[in-house]
Amino acid sequence: MPPPRVALFPTCLGNRFFAEAVADAARLLRHVGVEVSVPAEATCCGQPAFNAGHRAEAARMAGRLAEVLDGADWVVLPSGSCAAMVRNHAPTLVQGTRADLARRVALRTRELSEFLVDEMGVHRLGDGLAGRRVAYHHGCHALRELRSREQPLTLLKGAGAEVVPWEAAEECCGFGGLFSAKLPAVSTAMADRKLDTLPGVDAVVSADGGCLMQLAGRAGHRGEGPPFRHLASVLWEGVST
Amino acid sequence: MSGAGTRPADFALRAREVLEERPTVRAAVTEGTLRAQEKRRKAFVGLDEEAWKEWARATKTHLLGRLDHYLLEAEASLVANGVRVHWAEDAPQARRILGGIVEEAGLSSAVKAKSMLSEELEVNAFLEKRGLSVRETDLGEYILQMLGEAPSHIVGPAMHKTLEDCQELFADELGTPPDASAEVIAAAARRRLRRDFLEADLGISGANFLVAETGTVALMENEGNIRLSTSLPRVHVAFVGIEKLLPRLADLAGFLQLLPRSATGQVIGNYVSLLQGPRRPGEPDGPEEMHVVLVDNGRTRLLADDQGHEALRCIRCGACLNVCPVYRQSGGHPYGWVYSGPIGAILAPGLLGLEEAMPLPYASSLCGACGDVCPVKIPIPELLVYWRERAVEEGLVPRSEAWGMAGYTAAALNPRLFHAAEALAGVLTGPAGELLARRLPMVGDWAADRSLPRAEGPTFRELWAEGLDQPREDG
Repeated sequence: MPPPRVALFPTCLGNRFFAEAVADAARLLRHVGVEVSVPAEATCCGQPAFNAGHRAEAARMAGRLAEVLDGADWVVLPSGSCAAMVRNHAPTLVQGTRADLARRVALRTRELSEFLVDEMGVHRLGDGLAGRRVAYHHGCHALRELRSREQPLTLLKGAGAEVVPWEAAEECCGFGGLFSAKLPAVSTAMADRKLDTLPGVDAVVSADGGCLMQLAGRAGHRGEGPPFRHLASVLWEGVST
Repeated sequence: MSGAGTRPADFALRAREVLEERPTVRAAVTEGTLRAQEKRRKAFVGLDEEAWKEWARATKTHLLGRLDHYLLEAEASLVANGVRVHWAEDAPQARRILGGIVEEAGLSSAVKAKSMLSEELEVNAFLEKRGLSVRETDLGEYILQMLGEAPSHIVGPAMHKTLEDCQELFADELGTPPDASAEVIAAAARRRLRRDFLEADLGISGANFLVAETGTVALMENEGNIRLSTSLPRVHVAFVGIEKLLPRLADLAGFLQLLPRSATGQVIGNYVSLLQGPRRPGEPDGPEEMHVVLVDNGRTRLLADDQGHEALRCIRCGACLNVCPVYRQSGGHPYGWVYSGPIGAILAPGLLGLEEAMPLPYASSLCGACGDVCPVKIPIPELLVYWRERAVEEGLVPRSEAWGMAGYTAAALNPRLFHAAEALAGVLTGPAGELLARRLPMVGDWAADRSLPRAEGPTFRELWAEGLDQPREDG
């Protein structure tokens, strides 16, 4: 059987602000034996517009994205939030000739750790992370829209890391796209609640760039905290060292 | 106390005030909501939570689909029980009805059970203006009445207060020791309130449920004050929102188990009062008169809304407040009206009108915790997005945001333009551009309390084009 063909969608935030993390996602995908392509015209899933109520704009972006992502066996995103947009919301938004396309793409869309665990059956990734203590931040949309909780933990533990319990692991970091700009004081307090409850760890890991930007940004301002790292980078580091 | 003097429009300002100037509020609300969240979780262990919720959703959906029918059935059942039924289209009419009852019976002092609807109707101020004394008898409400504050939580109105706040208040008002325990404070309140109960000739309550089939007004509580408020005074007036109906008594049996589990993590409240009308000849206690005021106050308008109507299934358990990370920081007061938290943000556009409710639909990061916990499966996150869409349609968001979104969309549909914009973002978050970035609208607010991300080096697409051969340090 030929290897599965995966279209890797770097996402808007990923391409510019988490370039190495997306590259590490690509490396992981190749490592597990899939054929990776990066659709040239895939820019943004439309979620910033969708969440803020700009439905028409969101539908245009989601419709265009469905066109450029169509064709591969799987669409994989290094973001739970964007994956939830493509999988859960785009099919309800996109109308007309692109509606079928949006539904088809949605069925094939997975967040990176979902893809590795659920579709590729990856549970072990060596023991390169042995001795590392990490806290895992569950992105809200991975957790409550994709209903994905265990997959990232499976991979981290499967690479030897210890995932340390964190009281606020499943609480929102306060990013929420435009939310953090519209209500910066509340958003900051939400990040503080996460940081104030953080156990002693070597790194905080998450599958979402937006959350990492928020948490790292707040920790940086406070002048404290461990590194905040993307799941793909941590996993690839475990594999490649 | 009503929420007079505050309004939803000030949410951002009020939330910032709370966070910066009253840190004990955030501490108390965080502690209170976490405790409630954990108790709720434990209360559902061993139950098929999903099946319960689905049953409750279906029951309320059925009710709301035939509300006209059930309202008339409820009226007939209540009348058969000897209850006088009144219909109030809005808050002024509800107050006029109350005024008429007060006048007719010659009433002078009221005790009040906790009722969010009575807050919505601003009953206290109305009665006080007419010369009646009004005593809140729920401990939390009593505390807030003394302080002149509005409730900040649907179920725990004084959740934002610390024990220290209460010690100070009760030392001043009732002479308790400055280090009094919660039990000592509660005992002092009980002694004081007993006098009010015995003196009052009017008892005011809401209703958790009203059974159409039997005319049963159901009230659940822990302190016993509701039972006293509804049975000791000569006249009892219950304000009931029209969405509080249940079709049959058998439905009540289910909801009496679901509500306390969701609200306080209890299997059942300490007191459940099922009121079947006023005192009958030969009965030793109960009011001489019982009135039920069925209140619309915007509910019919919300019921007519294609999507927004789902919020009317709400049974006011407060579970969505307890899990909401926004509410957990701000408490309820910044929402600027009676119902706070996620449910308040989707009731406000219906009951107040969308313009008046702004920006409450935006007071959420859309984390989804509220939707997961709702016992009647109100899709709260979807409804928040729905009201945002309506706000955009009706031109209620800043024009700069609409333009910004149009520009962003145009760029996203044109990859070359998009990558040029990415390059600009890279400059703005680089060391040279940051000073400029910090002066931009929105970005500047964001960066005031956070470090901006660094976007130096190649983009992923540039790395991809190079073939990913050279692993670098990640950002």
